[in-house]
Amino acid sequence: MKEKIGTTGLIFNEPLLWEKGSPGRTGISLPRRDVEEAPLDEKLAGEGPDFPDLSELDVVRHFTRLSQWNFGVDSGMYPLGSCTMKYNPKTNERQASLPGFAGAHPLLPAKLSQGLLSLMYDLQGYLGEITGLPAVTLQPAAGSQGELTGMLIFSAYHRHKGKPRSKVLIPDTAHGTNPASATLCGFKAVAVNSGPDGVLLPESVEALMDDDTAGIMVTNPNTLGLFEDNIRRVADIVHRKGGLVYGDGANMNAVMGIVDIGDVGVDVLHLNLHKTFSTPHGGGGPGSGPVCVTRQLEPFLPVPRVVRDKDGYSLDEDYPLSVGKVHAFFGNVGILIRAYSYILSMGAGLKQVSQYAVLNANYIKERLKDLYHLPYDRPCMHECVFTDKHQQEHHVATLDIAKRLMDYGFHPPTIYFPLVVSGAIMIEPTETESKETLDQFIDAMRQIAREAGNCPDCLHASPQLPKLQRLDEASAARHPCLGG
Amino acid sequence: MKQISELNFPEDARYTDDHEWVKENGDVIRIGITDYAQDQLGDIVFVELPEVGSSLSKGDVFGTVESVKAVSELYMPVSGEVSAVNETLEDHPELVNTEPYESGWMIEINPGDPAGINALKSKAEYLGMLKG
Amino acid sequence: MRYLPHTREDIEAMLQVVGAKNLDALFAGIPDDCRRKKEMNLPEPLTEWELNRHMEKLAGGLGASPDYAVFMGAGSYHHHIPEITRQLLLRSELFTAYTPYQPEISQGTLQTIYEYQTLVCRLLGMDVANASMYDGASSLAEAMLMAIRISRRTKIAVSKAIHPLYRKVVKTYFAPTGFEVVDLPVGVDGRTDLSGLEDLGELAGVAVQSPNFFGCIEDLDPAGKIIHTDPKTLFVVAFSEPLAYGLLRSPGVCGADIACGEGQSMGIPQSFGGPGLGMFAARQQYVRNMPGRLVGKTVDLEGKPGFVLTLATREQHIRREKATSNICSNQGLCATASTMYMAALGGTGIRRLSRLNRDRAEYLKAGLSKAGCSFPYSAPTFNEFVVRFPDGFADTWEALLEKKIVAGLSLAPYYPDLPGCWLMCVTETIDKAAIDKLVREVAK
Repeated sequence: MKEKIGTTGLIFNEPLLWEKGSPGRTGISLPRRDVEEAPLDEKLAGEGPDFPDLSELDVVRHFTRLSQWNFGVDSGMYPLGSCTMKYNPKTNERQASLPGFAGAHPLLPAKLSQGLLSLMYDLQGYLGEITGLPAVTLQPAAGSQGELTGMLIFSAYHRHKGKPRSKVLIPDTAHGTNPASATLCGFKAVAVNSGPDGVLLPESVEALMDDDTAGIMVTNPNTLGLFEDNIRRVADIVHRKGGLVYGDGANMNAVMGIVDIGDVGVDVLHLNLHKTFSTPHGGGGPGSGPVCVTRQLEPFLPVPRVVRDKDGYSLDEDYPLSVGKVHAFFGNVGILIRAYSYILSMGAGLKQVSQYAVLNANYIKERLKDLYHLPYDRPCMHECVFTDKHQQEHHVATLDIAKRLMDYGFHPPTIYFPLVVSGAIMIEPTETESKETLDQFIDAMRQIAREAGNCPDCLHASPQLPKLQRLDEASAARHPCLGG
Repeated sequence: MKQISELNFPEDARYTDDHEWVKENGDVIRIGITDYAQDQLGDIVFVELPEVGSSLSKGDVFGTVESVKAVSELYMPVSGEVSAVNETLEDHPELVNTEPYESGWMIEINPGDPAGINALKSKAEYLGMLKG
Repeated sequence: MRYLPHTREDIEAMLQVVGAKNLDALFAGIPDDCRRKKEMNLPEPLTEWELNRHMEKLAGGLGASPDYAVFMGAGSYHHHIPEITRQLLLRSELFTAYTPYQPEISQGTLQTIYEYQTLVCRLLGMDVANASMYDGASSLAEAMLMAIRISRRTKIAVSKAIHPLYRKVVKTYFAPTGFEVVDLPVGVDGRTDLSGLEDLGELAGVAVQSPNFFGCIEDLDPAGKIIHTDPKTLFVVAFSEPLAYGLLRSPGVCGADIACGEGQSMGIPQSFGGPGLGMFAARQQYVRNMPGRLVGKTVDLEGKPGFVLTLATREQHIRREKATSNICSNQGLCATASTMYMAALGGTGIRRLSRLNRDRAEYLKAGLSKAGCSFPYSAPTFNEFVVRFPDGFADTWEALLEKKIVAGLSLAPYYPDLPGCWLMCVTETIDKAAIDKLVREVAK
């Protein structure tokens, strides 16, 4: 095998912020005082926070050094299944930070915010076109808040029909956010087992769907990377009993230009802009979780809605059936700007995005399935799920494989999810990785499979190259230290 | 995780399908989780136990046990009133891993139905279940 | 397309390995009735340079600070953001990372968030802060749900002096739950009137905002004492302008059980209202009931100090329907920006900046008073206040837009009982000369 891309270099130790600095320093250019000091009631005045005083260079070095301990998409391949860590185009950052956008107050009068309102209006239109669900809200701040919005719509819809319902069906392969979001809306989450091929069986849904069930939440493609090919029949069953179908669009990146989600029978769908539409994940967020619905459900969308008439764009609050508001203002607009830039840069080329994402995943699947156990051996969509079954014979577990990948210069895949697969290794390469990079990754995985046989302890002791070795998560949880 | 043959199951305890054990301790009975359960969960980091004096029925949740990445509910093997909880676990949850049948015990109860204990599994029956 | 590296040769070679005839064949498993009938109707792709021109045009016509003098706060504040925050934030190892699930190669994110949690605790006087929520509004909604979990009660009370849009979000979150939300009135001085609290029965939590929506500084010490007359009721302090705590007694010092609000002021651009930063902090005893992620300190196998995500069993990916919240992605990058900002500001800096904000607002207040305006509320304020302008000010307000001045936010749509009143805000970005200019216009 060629030289590994993972290596070591000079990085720095760096203390915590408050272990640095000296009182009286400052890292900020303070405006000069041009008015007199106003007296303040002593009862209300405090001492101010105990922040360290640092110079500008202190701050710059601190965060530069910290950043060097991190791995991002810009560092290397990040095949974190279900999280879609594709390249985040640099031009999107430029656009979102244009002074007009960055300095716009959310309560400006409509005539001073036309540029952003038109951007949001057009983005709604594009997302409606891509999904096939024409009515769109951009307000949810992340995918899980999109799910919450969807469940609020389920709840409001059934109340409006005069008969509130108490349950929601959720497949066992679902992300944990699905049952958590349903519960937050007062629904009881009822698990549906997937069939032997890893997809939902209509008869399982038929058996559980009744007139007290508000509907079903389906992730399609599902978290095994498989297309739920019974979705039409499932939707028909749910609709016949008066229920609604929620689509978790976390994996929409696999089917753009291929599947019309509205035609499939989905009534409500959320998108994760940081997955499908290339916005950066920033080490935790912000995301953005627009929700697309059928015309029938449009009256229930959050307010305000961006509307257009002959005078231009404006915000409309007058939707009496609306579920209300999930964000103080209009959602994570800075993220919307990035996704809009991405869509304008790609146009109908978004279909190729899905095609290449699926090609890359199937390529990895085919080239690793002789060495890693593939629980569902069928064509996958944008991600493939292996297990550690063969490596377990050498007492090597998924965790060891994941940690060893770091030494080879790759971010590990998602591990131990979905929960229905024991020792799952969920690989999502995304369309932005080239064949050469995929080949390097495949070589590394194959080498690790050999190491599992030859030197299991080498894997147990990995990773060796990062700044830190494996961390003691048990003592962190037993005796939590959450601040300094 | 260990092989079943490497795990320890005392003869003088009775067992449930949910992997709790029960031992008579004078007038009261002691309850904890089995060596198999702690091994499956991995490093235990937190144990939540009921208030002394609570009355619980067989099958009720009496607490939860957490490892770093899993949560498991604890179910009453028989009905009864909680007479003591193992407060040491608050600071030393790892005792459930190291000594599941001794210092890692969880609660003591005054059983409402002492005969109910006999309906639980013996060591041989429990092992039979684990081996499937 | 520059984001797609696949050459024709690559595609051919890969299809051969996969055993598919062409790209369409990859989707053969998707039934016909699930397939699109027609291609997506999207605009022709723009080049990078076309995109730049298009976006500049959209951004150019906005009434944005600092091109406009915007005397409007109400939950979104124009503060100076140092260039280092902008540039450091683009360190792409931080910027393009996911949630730090693999701690060995995520120590940059993890230490930053640990520092964020610590600085937020110091700012708010609380024991433990989480890694962030979506925004101030959802932070408040989650705080009230947390109060319900802890107290096992079903009713909450929320001051009408809390940001009206935050209250709408709380009501949206609560609508399907069956829990009850009661509004608390505003007293004549502009602060929350807690005198009727004891008639409301068993409350899970009581929320006030300070500085409140009207800019008034709530008297948190006595408020906390009244609320804690019932020891099971949680005292929740919300905020939309955390810079105030450079100058004011913190929620924690005043007895808050939960402090939650919007952190946009701390180094984050306004961006038309988002992304902002939901700050969320609580007392230590409630940590296991908190929503959101937490970073904790630990050691690696060699004993070197490091950080991990911890107490994750509260969260949706493990506890699913029994989780404390459904939140997954938070506002991590905004939390990172605010950490950089708070670090640059420092303890000395935040005291001075906070005071300057208040002093300039007081200067405007004095000017408007001389110009014949009145002030419906007497409570002390921070960098915002309510003013009643002379009749006909709505026209003046419109006319001032032509002069690139946004003279505050009309309160009538939010509080019909405050006709003729505007909410004014002054930060360090509006200097004396700009204030004088506004006062001259009003006095005309």
